[in-house]
Amino acid sequence: MKTSDQAPLLSIRDLSIALPAGGDRPYAVRDISYDLHAGEILCIVGESGSGKSMSANAIMGLLPAYLKPEEGQILFKGRDLLAQDEATLLGMRGKDMAMVFQEPLSALNPVMTVGDQIAEVMRVHNACSGEARARRVLELLEFVGLPDPATLMHAFPFRLSGGQRQRVVIAMALALEPALLIADEPTTALDVTTQAQILDLIRRIQAEKGMGVMFVTHDFGVVAEIADRVAVMEKGVLVEMGSADQVLNRPQHPYTRRLIGAVPHGRAGERGRSGSETVLEVRDLRKTYVTGGGLFTRKRVVHAVDGVSFTVRRGETLGIVGESGSGKSTIGKCLLRLTDIDGGALMFDGQDIARLSERQFRPLRRDVQMIFQDPFASLNPRHTVGRIITDGPVANGVPLAAAQARARELLQLVGLEASAFDRYPNQFSGGQRQRIGIARALALEPKLLVADESVSALDVSVQAQVLELLADLQKRLNIGLIFITHDLRVAAQICHHVIVMHKGRVVESGPPGQIFDTPQHAYTQRLIGAIPGKEWDPTLIRAAA
Amino acid sequence: MKAFLQRYCRNYGAVIGLLVLLGVLALAVLAPIFYEESPWLMVAEPLVQPFTDPALPFGTDMLGRDITAGMLYGARVSLLVGVISTAVALAVGIAVGAVAGYCGGRVDDALMRITEFFQTIPQLAMAVVIVAIFNPSIYSIVAAISVVSWPPVARLVRGEFLSLKQREFVQAAVVIGQKPVRIIATQILPNAMSPIIVSASFMVATAILTESALAFLGLGDRNMMSWGFMIGAARTMIREAWWMSVWPGVAILLTVLSINLIGEGLNDAMNPQLRRRGE
Repeated sequence: MKTSDQAPLLSIRDLSIALPAGGDRPYAVRDISYDLHAGEILCIVGESGSGKSMSANAIMGLLPAYLKPEEGQILFKGRDLLAQDEATLLGMRGKDMAMVFQEPLSALNPVMTVGDQIAEVMRVHNACSGEARARRVLELLEFVGLPDPATLMHAFPFRLSGGQRQRVVIAMALALEPALLIADEPTTALDVTTQAQILDLIRRIQAEKGMGVMFVTHDFGVVAEIADRVAVMEKGVLVEMGSADQVLNRPQHPYTRRLIGAVPHGRAGERGRSGSETVLEVRDLRKTYVTGGGLFTRKRVVHAVDGVSFTVRRGETLGIVGESGSGKSTIGKCLLRLTDIDGGALMFDGQDIARLSERQFRPLRRDVQMIFQDPFASLNPRHTVGRIITDGPVANGVPLAAAQARARELLQLVGLEASAFDRYPNQFSGGQRQRIGIARALALEPKLLVADESVSALDVSVQAQVLELLADLQKRLNIGLIFITHDLRVAAQICHHVIVMHKGRVVESGPPGQIFDTPQHAYTQRLIGAIPGKEWDPTLIRAAA
Repeated sequence: MKAFLQRYCRNYGAVIGLLVLLGVLALAVLAPIFYEESPWLMVAEPLVQPFTDPALPFGTDMLGRDITAGMLYGARVSLLVGVISTAVALAVGIAVGAVAGYCGGRVDDALMRITEFFQTIPQLAMAVVIVAIFNPSIYSIVAAISVVSWPPVARLVRGEFLSLKQREFVQAAVVIGQKPVRIIATQILPNAMSPIIVSASFMVATAILTESALAFLGLGDRNMMSWGFMIGAARTMIREAWWMSVWPGVAILLTVLSINLIGEGLNDAMNPQLRRRGE
C-alpha cells in the first residue's frame, strides 16, 4: 500500500448527478469527492441503489441519456473528463481507462472468437500491427492465466467457463495498458473459488502494472481481501472514506457500522442436533439430466444428483452448500416434486413421497413448502399480496374468510404492515417481497421449509434481517428447514448441520463448526480457503458497537 | 386503469382509430333506423351518380339499389363476422396453446403437429373450400374464418406459456397445491393476456378482409348485404359506375385501418416499458 504525495491519477470533485423528477431522491449521487492514486485499489462499497456504480459509469461515459452530471469535475491526470468532447473521450476509453463488467458472458460478443475480441481493442485504437497484435493477444491471454493461449484464442466465449470468460474480459481491458482499471462487481456472478482466483489476478496485475484500480462491490469480504482504501456510499452520499484497516476495523459512521454488523461472519455457533423427530429422510437420491439423444446427436448425460442421503429433524436447519452446478438446487426441486427423480426414496413422515403420483401427492404438498430465490419473479405481479398468501390455504380447503384473517396475522408475523394485504408486489422492495414469500409458505403451516438461495439476491442488511426472521420463526413454529446456499458464511451462521455438495455428490457432512474449522475433504478445504476476507472478523466491530 | 387510458391516448393514431371504429359501429347499429327497408330493394333509377340526389348521397347501383343503405347494412355483417370469428378463434387457440404449453412433452407435440397441419394450407383457399362445402351462410363463413385463424393464436399462447411456466411464481403455485386448471386460468393466463389482446385486434381486421374476399368471390351470405359482395357485384360495371366499388372499398379500408391503429395503441399501452426503451 502506498499513498503517494504526487498528484492523484483520478480525482473526483463534488460530483452531483441528478435523477429525473419523480424518483425516490433528487440526486443519484451528491457532492462526492475522492482521489485514486496510481498503484492503489480503491473499493467503493454500498448496497443496491446507493449510487456506487454511478461515478464509475460517469468516468466511462456510460451514464444513460437521462442522467447528466450537474456539477463537479472528474479529473483524470489533470484533465476534466466532463469537459472533453465525445471524440477525445472515445480515444481515451480503452486506452487510458478500461472497465471490467459484472456479467462476463454478456460483456463478450458470442459470435467472435476470444482472440479477435482482444485484437479488436487494439485495432480500434490503431495500436500494434498484424503480427505484433497477434503476439500481444497471446501474451495477454498468458498473462491473465488462461491455459494454452494458442488454442484458446480461436475459441468462442460459450466454450469457456465463467471464470475464464472474466479473465478474457480482463485481458481485453489490459490490452492497451490503461492507467485506470474500473471493475464493477467483477466477481459477483462467479463461484467463490473462481472469485478468489480473479481477485488474486486483479491484485497481481495491479501490482505489476502499477495501475489505479477502482473496484465497485457490495461484498465486505471482497473489500477485506483486496482494498487499499475504501469508500462507503449510502443513498448517493459518500459517508465514510479511509484506509481498509480504518474502515473495516474502526468504522466511524453509523451506517458503516450497521453494514459491517450485518455481514455474515461465518463463525459457526455450536447448536448441536436436537433429539426431536425426523421430518424428512432422503435415501440415495438420484437425478440425471439427459439432453440430446436425437437421431443425429449424441446423448449427453449429467448426473445432477448422484446418491445423496440426509435427514432433517423438526426445529433444525440443514444447510446444503455448493457452487453452481453442484446439484444443490436440483435437490430442492426434487424434494418439492417440481422435477421427476430417477432413483432413491424421500421418506416424509414415514411415507415415500417419491412413489406418489402428482394427484396423490397434492394433499401432502402443504407440509413441504419453499421460499424461492428471486423475490421479484416469485410473486405473481397481477395478484394482490393478500391473494398470493391466501391462495395456498384456499387450494387446500380452508374457507376464504379464515384464510384472509390468517394472512393478515402472517403479514404481521413477518414484519409487514397489515395494509400490505391489498397492495400489489411491485410496491414492495426486494426484502419486503421475500417476507411476503415467507408468509406464503407459512400460510400452509408446513412441517418442512426449503429455502433455495432465499437471501442471495438481497443486500447484506436486509439479508441479516431475513435470516433473523427465519431463525425466529423456526424456533417458534418448530419447522424443519433446508437452507440451500452458495454462501458458506451464511450457512455457518444459521445451520445446525451442513452438507457440502460437489458435482452431484455429498463430499462432506457434519456440524458447521467441524466443517469450517477442520474440513476433511480436499474440495471443502478449497471452498473454505476461497472465502474472501477470512482474516477479517466483523464480529469484533459488532461487539464494540 | 386510468394510467392505461393515459398511455393509450398518448398514441394519437390509436385515438383516431377508436373514434372511426365507434362511428362505424354506431352506423351499423342504427342502420334499421335510417333505412327501414331492406338494402336489396330497388328504390330509384339505376346508376344514379353520387352526390346528385340528396336522398341517395352515394348513388345507386345497376339495379337501382341504394348504395348508402348497402354500406350501413354491410357494416353490420363485417363487424359481426370480424368479432364473432375472432372470439371463436381465440377460444380455440387459447385452449390448444395453453394445454400444449403447460403440459409439454407428447401432448405438446401432438397439438403442435395438428396446428402446423392447419398452417400449411393457405388461409383463403381453405376458407373458400369450407364455405363451398357447407352452403354459404353467415354461420359457415364465421366457422371458416375461425378455422383458418386459430393456429397463430395457439402458437402465440403456447410460447407465452412455455416461458411463464418456468417463472418462480408458477412453481410457487404448484408447491402450494393448486390444481393445473387453476394455475393455467389464474396464474399464467392473466400474465399472457397483453400479447393475446393485441393480436386479437389484428385478427378482427383480418377476419373482415377475409369475409370481404369470400363475398367478392360470391361466397357471401345471400340474405345479408356485405361490403365484399358490393365490390364483387360492381366488378362488371367498373368502367361505367366507379362509385359502386369505391365506397365499400373505402369503408373496408377505414375500418381495417382503424382496428389496426387500435391494436398498435393497445400494444403501447400494455407494454409501457417496451415503448419507453425505443424512444
